[in-house]
Amino acid sequence: MNYVIIGNSTAAVGCIEGIRQVDTKGEITVISDERYHTYSRPLISYLLYGKTDRERMKYRNNSFYKDNKVKTILGKKVVSIDNKAKKVILDNKKSVSYDKLLVATGSRPFVPPMEGLDDVKNKFSFMKLDDALALEKAIDKNSRVLVVGAGLIGLKCVEGILDRVKSVEVVDLADRILPSILDVTGAGMVQKFLEDKGVKFHLSDSVAKFEPNKAHLKGGAELDFDVLVVAVGVRPNTELVKEAGGDVNRGIVTDTKSQTSLKDIYSAGDCTECHDISCNQNRILALLPNAYMQGETAGINMAGGNASFDKAIPMNAIGFFGYHVITAGSYDGKEYVEKTDTTYKKLFVKGNHLAGYIMVGEVKNAGIYTSLIREKTPLSSIDFDLIKENPQLMAFSRKDRKVKLGGAK
Amino acid sequence: MKKIYVNEEWCLGCHLCEYYCAYANSGIEDMAKALKGAAINPRIRVEGDNQISFAVSCRHCDEPLCVKGCISGALSVKDGVIEVDQNKCVGCFTCVLSCPYGCIQPADKGVIQKCQLCTNNSHGKPVCVQGCPNKAIVFEER
Amino acid sequence: MNDNFISPLDYIAPSFEVVRNPDKCIGCRACERQCANEVHHFDFDLGKMVANDANCVNCHRCVSICPTHALKIVKNNDTYRESANWTYDNINNVIRQSGTGGVLLSSMGNPEKFPVYWDKMLINASQVTNPSIDPLREPMETRTFLGKKPEKVEFDSKGNLKTKLTPQMELSTPIMFSAMSYGSISYNAHESLARAATELGTYYNTGEGGLHKDFYKYGKNTIVQVASGRFGVYKDYLEQGAAIEIKIGQGAKPGIGGHLPGTKIVGDISRTRMIPEGSDAISPAPHHDIYSIEDLRQLVYTLKEATNYKKPVIVKIAAVHNVSAIASGVARSGADIIAIDGFRGGTGAAPMRTRDNVGIPIELALASVDQRLRDEGIRGDISLVVGGSIRSSSDIVKAIALGADAVYIATSALLALGCHQCRTCQSGKCNWGIATQRPDLVKRLNPNVGYQRLVNLVSAWTHEIKEIMGGMGINSIEALRGNRLMLRGVGLNEKELEILGIKHAGE
Repeated sequence: MNYVIIGNSTAAVGCIEGIRQVDTKGEITVISDERYHTYSRPLISYLLYGKTDRERMKYRNNSFYKDNKVKTILGKKVVSIDNKAKKVILDNKKSVSYDKLLVATGSRPFVPPMEGLDDVKNKFSFMKLDDALALEKAIDKNSRVLVVGAGLIGLKCVEGILDRVKSVEVVDLADRILPSILDVTGAGMVQKFLEDKGVKFHLSDSVAKFEPNKAHLKGGAELDFDVLVVAVGVRPNTELVKEAGGDVNRGIVTDTKSQTSLKDIYSAGDCTECHDISCNQNRILALLPNAYMQGETAGINMAGGNASFDKAIPMNAIGFFGYHVITAGSYDGKEYVEKTDTTYKKLFVKGNHLAGYIMVGEVKNAGIYTSLIREKTPLSSIDFDLIKENPQLMAFSRKDRKVKLGGAK
Repeated sequence: MKKIYVNEEWCLGCHLCEYYCAYANSGIEDMAKALKGAAINPRIRVEGDNQISFAVSCRHCDEPLCVKGCISGALSVKDGVIEVDQNKCVGCFTCVLSCPYGCIQPADKGVIQKCQLCTNNSHGKPVCVQGCPNKAIVFEER
Repeated sequence: MNDNFISPLDYIAPSFEVVRNPDKCIGCRACERQCANEVHHFDFDLGKMVANDANCVNCHRCVSICPTHALKIVKNNDTYRESANWTYDNINNVIRQSGTGGVLLSSMGNPEKFPVYWDKMLINASQVTNPSIDPLREPMETRTFLGKKPEKVEFDSKGNLKTKLTPQMELSTPIMFSAMSYGSISYNAHESLARAATELGTYYNTGEGGLHKDFYKYGKNTIVQVASGRFGVYKDYLEQGAAIEIKIGQGAKPGIGGHLPGTKIVGDISRTRMIPEGSDAISPAPHHDIYSIEDLRQLVYTLKEATNYKKPVIVKIAAVHNVSAIASGVARSGADIIAIDGFRGGTGAAPMRTRDNVGIPIELALASVDQRLRDEGIRGDISLVVGGSIRSSSDIVKAIALGADAVYIATSALLALGCHQCRTCQSGKCNWGIATQRPDLVKRLNPNVGYQRLVNLVSAWTHEIKEIMGGMGINSIEALRGNRLMLRGVGLNEKELEILGIKHAGE
């Protein structure tokens, strides 16, 4: 069997490890336009922060390709898929044949048109290692940095550089930071924390016009900056599948087997849509754990095994300078809230199930909540009053605990 | 493979496993010296009261969500034991988010820690098991 | 005023002092969590563990469980002007009773300084003639049978046994666990005993508490007891057991009945005893239907009849002054086995004065009963089991040489289960999970651990018995039984030697 994987990040690694659970012999070829040994993209902020380095941020160790008998074609881009001839065409016109193909092309930064943006010299995205390395070169302790976008990427970038520059200001159109994962209260707490660290926020506002070193906000403010980071969103890289005739909505459509609508073509990671069981909708869940599990599922199925990834939910763990936020599921249903000066917890209960939760400041044992969502545990089967206070296994019945802890089948 | 299991009906809620764990992972040979005056941060925790109680530590799952979700590749499975390379860990807590048992804890220096069945310390076999006064915690094949 | 205020007239200094090594204590609070007497607690103001010595019964739970061995319990050296006559305990007990007007209660065995005859007898060994036997190389039989032995055995022409044998109990080793009721000891203690007896090929005894249905499966290693309260006695119960024991008396409290307070008659205990929840379980001092050997005979045969003559009947009596005459009567009552309980035998609760002053030592009772039955030519009609403080394998060898067929052990078994002889069973707060019904305490005795420790103990003793028998050149328990030439007394007077039927060392 001849496996080809487009992409060299989380989903690709998941796929390789999935294939090798079933097929130890088949040939695996990884093609990526990045030149690097597989590395963890979310770690680029930690690289700037100094918590990791180029060696330690490798997603798998140096012998990974050798150990898994993987051939790599790095620094080459796949420009099209010929699904009739079962081959992919590279930007150097060469082609690579496959029996089974995984498209793990991820996503790319979305940069909306903004007046004057082209005149800004020091402008960066924050997705890839090269972005981080370029940004690192551009900043010094006198830099005034403007970050457009107060989402996960933008704020992790802020954490990465805050101690290395003179000032950081953040602009976002939303009324709060981390709008995709936090409500007003939670966002306010994190914002306060970051403000105490010296970050300045301009919310419910956006850039009307750029000058090379100045941004004019719609609200009237003028922000001087030396370095600009644009982190307003991402777009999935769906083109290869779309052009080959595969179904694509916002992301590449896949089933629970991680298969696309095209024969022998699978897809995993940030370029795909999958089924979010917390709200029962297909959506892009651009999250590293999902990418790995989709990739692994694809790998197992490509190699003739049988795996399903049918427990996808949104979930995020993010922290800034040791202040942690964990969220999961969808924010729909009856709310239970607990709040102190530094901690915040909100549970969303829909019917007999936990639909989602937000934890800020105190995140101990959060995974117990996550599993209630993933496993769709009927709340009537547990002591919800107890688990509401703290995520704990005591809330389960003795019988369930016997299964969970005693290894009972 | 041998794993740690707790038999709830015999757990006394004495919390000694927590102290033995903290001791085992302290790197100090004498327990009193290791723990005297220290706030412990053990890799095993006891839930419950003196009526119902049980100790919980890493289940070393066959399908470990923590490993699959680890963003840095710091968590891995070696011979069935889920290990953390604290040198690679960046402390993002995605594993805390993922673990259905609440068995991953923040350690010092902004990284995480977890039970590695005492393969990572000088004791070699789980000290919580050895120290359990009522054999509620066992290390066995199931 | 504080309810706990003690008037100076009533104050008695704590018996024990908890000594904590501050260099070793790590403040884990295991001692606090494990002490049902609430001796230890963590003082947050002081930032350290403190102890209330007055509550300490010296059960050693905390000492044993402390991970850094930071604790020890010492005798309080607070002192009165004692005399040999007015000892500390004598003075305290007067103070206590003057305050309460109550009977002193205690538990476990007689702690007073009466002679222990086991310790005044020495065992023989072979030299040159009648050479000793190495039990590792040669078979050594510890198996024994309890029950009536026929005067002679007859076979038909084909060699089949013609003599009809009465039911026997087969013991792989001459050690049985004596009666402790479910109620006086915990479910887990019972399970440990039942499983150990089964694995060892011997017997445990239900005591007067009935038999929990969970333990029916250990029936062939169970002796079911019928005592004066008749609790839990019905057809199924009798049929479950391998033998039935009629309890007339107990060494720790001869002539006294039992009283399990209604507060302990809850749940399974009430069901097992077949009495309503919350009602006191009162075992009368006598069986109200037994006032003579003839009456006893009626009960023996009632029980035999009820179980189709398939089960041996044991009659258990306490060792009292005229024990040999009583034993002779018992032997004639139709009982298959007589069990004699010496005055050092344990109890879950007894009036202290009775426990410490009533009855006679088992060694003397055993020797005189065995002699009497032999003299009357009825020794073969009945097997003889003795209990009441068998502490070691050498005690067993001596008991068998004095004439016992087997022994009962209970205190030693409890020690194997964790008991540290604090002698406060009557409080119901046993920290070792043995003499308690509090669920949080009961679970401290994990029967998987407990049964193994019992098996270990009895196996070790059996091994030692074989070694000692080998040294005497004796290769079976049956050959040791009543072989008093194998014993010599030390420091005993003529009368004692005469009763024991042994010679003095050097003779």
